[in-house]
Amino acid sequence: MSAAASSTGPDLLVVEGLVTSFPTSRGRRVAIVDHVDLRVACGEVLALVGESGCGKSLTALSIAQLVARPGRVDAGRVVLAGRSLAGLGPREWRRIRGGEIGMIFQEPMTSLNPVQRVGAQVIEAIRLHERVRPREAQRRALGLFERVGIPDPEARLGAYPHELSGGMKQRAMIAMALSARPKLLIADEPTTALDVTIQAQILDLLRELGQELGMAVLLITHDLGVVNELADRVAVMYAGRVVEQGSREDVLATARHPYTVGLLGSLPARTPRGARLVEIPGAVPPPEDWPSGCRFAGRCARAYAACAEAPDWTPVTEGHTVRCHAVAREIGA
Amino acid sequence: MSSVPLLEVEGLRTWFPIRAGLLQRPVGWIRAVDGVDLCVQAGATVALVGESGCGKTTVGRSILRLVEPQAGRVRFEGEDLLALPRPSLRSLRRRLQIVFQDPLAALDPRLRVRDAVAEGMETHGIGADRIEREARVAALLERVGLDSSLLGRFPHELSGGQRQRVCIARALAVEPRLLICDESVSALDVSIQAQILNLLHDLRAELGLSYLFISHDLGVVRQLADRVAVMYLGQIVEEGPTEQVLGDPQHPYTRALLEAVPSLDPRARRSAERIRLRGEVPSPAQPPAGCRFHPRCPLVFDRCRREAPALFAVAAGASRCFLAEQSTVRTTGDVPRA
Repeated sequence: MSAAASSTGPDLLVVEGLVTSFPTSRGRRVAIVDHVDLRVACGEVLALVGESGCGKSLTALSIAQLVARPGRVDAGRVVLAGRSLAGLGPREWRRIRGGEIGMIFQEPMTSLNPVQRVGAQVIEAIRLHERVRPREAQRRALGLFERVGIPDPEARLGAYPHELSGGMKQRAMIAMALSARPKLLIADEPTTALDVTIQAQILDLLRELGQELGMAVLLITHDLGVVNELADRVAVMYAGRVVEQGSREDVLATARHPYTVGLLGSLPARTPRGARLVEIPGAVPPPEDWPSGCRFAGRCARAYAACAEAPDWTPVTEGHTVRCHAVAREIGA
Repeated sequence: MSSVPLLEVEGLRTWFPIRAGLLQRPVGWIRAVDGVDLCVQAGATVALVGESGCGKTTVGRSILRLVEPQAGRVRFEGEDLLALPRPSLRSLRRRLQIVFQDPLAALDPRLRVRDAVAEGMETHGIGADRIEREARVAALLERVGLDSSLLGRFPHELSGGQRQRVCIARALAVEPRLLICDESVSALDVSIQAQILNLLHDLRAELGLSYLFISHDLGVVRQLADRVAVMYLGQIVEEGPTEQVLGDPQHPYTRALLEAVPSLDPRARRSAERIRLRGEVPSPAQPPAGCRFHPRCPLVFDRCRREAPALFAVAAGASRCFLAEQSTVRTTGDVPRA
C-alpha cells in the first residue's frame, strides 16, 4: 500500500507507513499519525493540510525525530536524499536538523532565545554546521538577513527578538533555517500568526527562496489559501490519516474525498455571497474514539457498509489518489 | 426599516496613555481609535475590518464602555451611551451583547453550561422563576445547536465550537438587539467556522438581530456583512456596501489588503501581478503626519505627506484618500490634530 502520487523530480523525502502514538487516559496507545505515506520531490512544495488535531504537525515532528514523550514513533521509514534516517543516533540527528532539514514554526518567539541578540543566534546556527571563522559567519549572517528582506540588516543583527515585529522575527527564523543551506525546509504554519499583508510578503519570500535554492518545502498548514499560493502538491489529513493526495489543481479544483469536498465547501470565500456555507456535520471525535474503519464515516453523507473497513488508496487520475470506498465504487476500481 | 439607525457612532476617540517615571505621568498616547464614525441600521450587519492593532477591537469595547472613550458620541436606539452614568450601563448591556474570540477566556471555568447561560437572565430579571429560566436555557441551547446532555458540563469539557455556541446562547439569553462579534469565529477550524457562521446568519433572520462584526477575515466578512468599514491606524479609511468595498475598492489600503488575501482559485494564483505593501504598520503612538497610510502607499503624492484627507463620498460609500476627492466631504469625524 503506497501513495502512488507521481512527482515532478527525483524524491528527496520519502515517508512510508509512519505511525506515531500517544497513550490515552485509559492506558491504551492510540496512533495519532496512522500509516502516513508522503513523497516530496527535489525543489517541490508539498502542503500537508488539515484542521486542528489531524496530526499534520505531529507528522512533521515525527519526520524530524522530535516527538516528545510520552509520544513515540512506532513504525515507518523515512528516507532523505536516498539515505534512511532510521536508527541514527542523537549526534547525527543534531547534524541533520538545522543542516539538511531546516525548520520554521508558527510562533518564532518559541524558537528564538529571548536573551540573546538575533545576530548571535544566526551566527551560532551557521557555525554549528560548518567550520567557519567568526568574521566569515558574521558576513554570512548579514547576507542572510539581506536575502530574507530585513531592512537595515546590520542594526537588526544586534537586536533582541522582542525588539522585532512578528514579520521580522519570522524573517529572522527563515534566515536561521537557511543558514546551513538545507535540502528540505519544514515550515509549520509559517504565516498563521501574521497579518495578511505581512503573510503575503513571507509567502513571496518562501516561494522565491524555494526556486532560487532548489530547496524542497514540506508546508504544514490549515489554510487552503496559503496552499494555493505556495504548494505544488497537496496531501489532506483527517484524524491521523492522509485521505487525499494530488497536485494543487487536483485537490483544489477537483477534490474527490468527501472530507476535502466538505472542507472546500465550508470556505466563505468560495461560497456565493449570502448563500449558506456547506457544513460538515459534527466535529472530529477525540483520538481514543477514532473508528478502525474510515475515520470520516461518522460525518460523511456518502458512508455505507463498506466504510466500516479502512479504505485503501484509489487512483483517480495520474498522481491524484483518494482513500474512500464511495469514490472507489463510483469509479469502479 | 426606520430611518433612525440602531447604532450611531460619531467622532469616537479612545486613546490609551503611555505612562512612565515614578509618578506614572502620561508621556504619550496610543491613538487606538482616533475619530471613528459608524452606523448600524436595525437588522443590518456591519463589518469592521483591519489588521492587528488598527483599533477595531477598541471600537467594539468603547461602544460597550468596557473601555472609556475620551470623546465622541455613541447613540444606541437614540440614547447617548457615553453620557450614561455607570449604574445605567447594566440596562444598556441587556440590549447590546458581545461575543469574543476566545470563548474559554470569556466563560467562567467554574460555571456549568446551564448556569453560564442563565447568569445574564438572573442579572436582568428575565424569567419569572428558576423553572422558567431553565426552560429558556434548554430552548436556547437547542437553538444554537447544542445537545441538552451538555447542560451540566464545564467549559473545559467542551470543544472550541461548542464553547462558542455557549457564548452565543449566553449573549442571546438577555434578548439583545445588537450583537458585537469580535473575531468570534477566528479561532475555529473552517468546518466549525462554517457551522457558526450559518448559525449567526439564521439567528439574524429569526430574531431580527443586528451585528457589528469585527474581523480580520475578508472572506468571512464578504459572506455575512451588508456594509464594510476598513480601519487603518485608528481611523476608518473606507466604508460602503460590501459588494462595493470588496468588489471595487477605492482606497489603496483596501486594495492592498484584498490583494494580500491568498487566492483560493487554483487556476489563478495571484503571486506575480500582485501589488505588495512594503514595510509594516507604523506605531499608533506616532501616526504619520498627513495621510496615515502615506509611508506604505504605492500611489502616494506630495499632498498626502502634508495634509490629512477627510472621508470623501464615493458612490454609496466613502474613502479617506485624496484620489477619491470630489466636491462633497461626507463627514468630518476627524479629531483636530494637535
